[in-house]
Amino acid sequence: MRQIFTISLLFSTIRLATPLVLAALGGLYSERSGVINIALEGLMLAGAFTAASITFYAHSPFVGVSAAMLAGALVAYLIALACIRFKANQVVTGTAINILFLGLPAVLSGALFLSSGSTPQIPKENLLPALYKFMPSFVPHWRILTDVSVMSLLALVIVLVTRYVLYRTPFGLRLRAVGENPEAADAAGVSVNRFRYAGVILSGALAGIGGAYLSIGQSSLFTRNMTAGRGFIALAALIFGKWRPVQTMLACLLFGFADALTIQMQGVAKLPSGEDIPVQFVQMIPYIVTIVVLAGFIGQSRAPRALGIPYEKER
Amino acid sequence: MGRTRRNYKHAAPNGALKRMKLLRELLFPLIAVICAFIVGGIVVLLIGDSPFETYRLLIGSAFSWPDGIGYTLFYATPLIFTGLAVAVAFRCGLLNIGAEGQLYIAAFATAWVGIKLGGVIIKNPVTGQIVNSPIAHLPGVILLPLCCLVAVGVGAIWGAIPGLLKAKFGSHEVINTIMLNFIAVALVSYFTQYHYKIPGDAILQSAPISSGAHIARLGKIIPGLPQRIPLNLAFVFAIIACILVYIFLWKTKWGYEIRATGQNPSAAEYGGISIRKQIILAMAISGGLAGMVGINEVLGYRYRYYDGFSDNYGFTGIAVALLGRNHPAGVFVAALLFAVLQRGGVPVDAFTQHVSKDIVQILQALVILFVAAEAMFRGPLKKFGFMRSAKV
Repeated sequence: MRQIFTISLLFSTIRLATPLVLAALGGLYSERSGVINIALEGLMLAGAFTAASITFYAHSPFVGVSAAMLAGALVAYLIALACIRFKANQVVTGTAINILFLGLPAVLSGALFLSSGSTPQIPKENLLPALYKFMPSFVPHWRILTDVSVMSLLALVIVLVTRYVLYRTPFGLRLRAVGENPEAADAAGVSVNRFRYAGVILSGALAGIGGAYLSIGQSSLFTRNMTAGRGFIALAALIFGKWRPVQTMLACLLFGFADALTIQMQGVAKLPSGEDIPVQFVQMIPYIVTIVVLAGFIGQSRAPRALGIPYEKER
Repeated sequence: MGRTRRNYKHAAPNGALKRMKLLRELLFPLIAVICAFIVGGIVVLLIGDSPFETYRLLIGSAFSWPDGIGYTLFYATPLIFTGLAVAVAFRCGLLNIGAEGQLYIAAFATAWVGIKLGGVIIKNPVTGQIVNSPIAHLPGVILLPLCCLVAVGVGAIWGAIPGLLKAKFGSHEVINTIMLNFIAVALVSYFTQYHYKIPGDAILQSAPISSGAHIARLGKIIPGLPQRIPLNLAFVFAIIACILVYIFLWKTKWGYEIRATGQNPSAAEYGGISIRKQIILAMAISGGLAGMVGINEVLGYRYRYYDGFSDNYGFTGIAVALLGRNHPAGVFVAALLFAVLQRGGVPVDAFTQHVSKDIVQILQALVILFVAAEAMFRGPLKKFGFMRSAKV
C-alpha cells in the first residue's frame, strides 16, 4: 500500500483531473443555461486536435491553446445553432458532434500530416509548461511546481471565476434563470436564446482548452479518440457535483483520483491470490457513482429545470 | 376510457393528407442525406481529392456480386437491430444512447452460454491446466435457441435498468444509458481478460464457442454466395425483427400504449396507461433488439466474443433510426445506406490520395445533424410552397 499512496499519486490526480475540470465547467455553463451538452467528448477532441496541429506549426503552446479554445467555441456555435435556432434534439446533436470528431481529425491529419489519426510529435519545449517556468529563478524546484501544469492552475482559477460569475454577477443570475425558468426570464426582459448561445459557446471554449491540455500538456501529440470517454466522465462529474462549480471540481478530483489509482496500481498491487487487481473495476467507479447519485441514493442531484427543453417564445 | 384504449388503430387520414404526410416523411431525410453529401464533398475537395471519385468508390463498391452485396447486407444487419432499438425507445419518447452497452453485454452473454453450456473447456495451451470448465454440454438443437434467447434477454435486462431507474427515480435515461455503456464495456472486458480468454492469446477475445451454437451463413443456402462472406441467418432475423416491430407498434395494444406514452405522456396517463410500465417495457424491448447484434456477431460471424467488436453500432443506430423516421421500413433502408458507406470505406482508403475511410464517420455525423436540424429546411421549402398543407 505504501507503494501506491505516495505524493506522486496526488500530483497524478491533479494532472488527470485538470482536463475533466475544464470540460465539466464547460458543461456547467451550457447546462445551467438549459442546453444538455452530450458533445463534451467531441468538443474536447476538437480542441485536442486543433491544439496539436496549430502548436506543430506555430511552435507555441499558447497559440495552440488559444486556437483550441476558438475551435471549441466554433463547434459549440454549430451546436447552438442546431439546438437553439433550429430546435434540433440536443442529445442527438451532441451525439452527431461526438461521431463527427471521431472521423474529422483522422481525415484532416491524413491530409495535413499524411498519417491517419495522429499528428506529429511536438518537441518538449513547445508543450504546455509546468508551473515553475513562471516562477522567479530563486524559487526552489518543489514538486508542486515541476509536476503540476500551468493548466491546472488555470483550471482552478476558472473554477473560482465561474463560482463568482454564476452567483455574484447579473450574467450568472440571468444564465441560471434561463435554465431554470425561461418563461419568467423572458418576461423579465432577458433574451433566453442569447444567453443559451453564450452558455453553449462558453462550454465549447472550455472543453476545447481541456482537450488542448490532453494533446499538448499530458501528451505530445494528438492520437485518434485520445479523450477515451473523458468528456463523458466530465459530464458525470458535473452531475455528481450537482451542477455547481466547486462541487464539480471536487467530483473531477475524485474521478481523477480513481484514474490515478488504476495507473499506480498496475503491477504493484496484488490480490491475495497473487493476481493483479483488475483495473476495470476502478474504471467503473465514476459511472456507477453517477447512476447512484442521479437516482437520489446519495443526496439529491437536481438538474436545471428547463434542461433539454428548447424555448418557444410566446407570441 | 375503455373506448380510447380499444380504439388504437389510427383513424385513417384522407388520401391527399396521407400522401402529403408520406412525402414529407421521405423529403426531409432525402434532403438531409443530400446536404450531408454536399458538405462531405466540400471536405473532400478541401483535402485535395475529387469528391465524385470518392463517392463513386464509396457507393459503387457495394453493388458488386457477391462480395459487395454480401458484405453490405452483413454490415447492415447490426445497424438494423440497433436502429430498431433506438426507434422503439424513441416512439416511447425515450432516447436510448445505450444500445452500444446493451449489445456488448448481450454478445458476451451469448458467447458465455456458447462456451459454458456448450461443453467448451478452456485450457492453458502450454501447461495444459484447465482454466475454465463447462457447466453442461448441450446439443445444438437446445444450445442454439438458448444462445439467441440469452442475447435478447440479457440485452433486454441491461436496457430495462435505465428504464427502471427513470420510472422509479425519474433519473434521465440519457445519462444512465451513457454510464451503463461504460460499465458494460468494462465488465465484459474484465470477464474476457480474466476468465474466458485462452491464456497466452495476444488478442483480447474469448475462447471459441461450441460449434453447436453456430448459425448458418447464407452462403450455404444461396447459390453463388461464397461461405467466406459472413452474411448469416441473423440478417433474416433482422428482417423478421423489422416486421415484428411494425406489428407490435401499430397493431397491438402494447404498441399503441407505448406510442401514446411517447406522443403525450399526460394524456396517456389520463387515458389509463401506466407510463412507468411503458417506459420499462420500451427500454427492455429496445435493449433486447440491440442485444440481437450478439447473434450476428457471436453466433454468425466470429464464433467467439471479441472485445471491442462494435464499430459504434449503437451510436450509428441513432442515425439509422432518425433517418428512418423511427419506422421499421425506414430503419431498414437507412441501415442499408450506412452499410453501403461502411463497405465503401475500404476502397476509399485504398484508392484515393488523401481521403481515409473516416470520411464515412463524417458523413454519418452530418446526416444526423441535418436530420436533427430539419427545421432549417422548413423555411426555404415553405417559400416554394411545398409545405402549405403538409402540417398534419
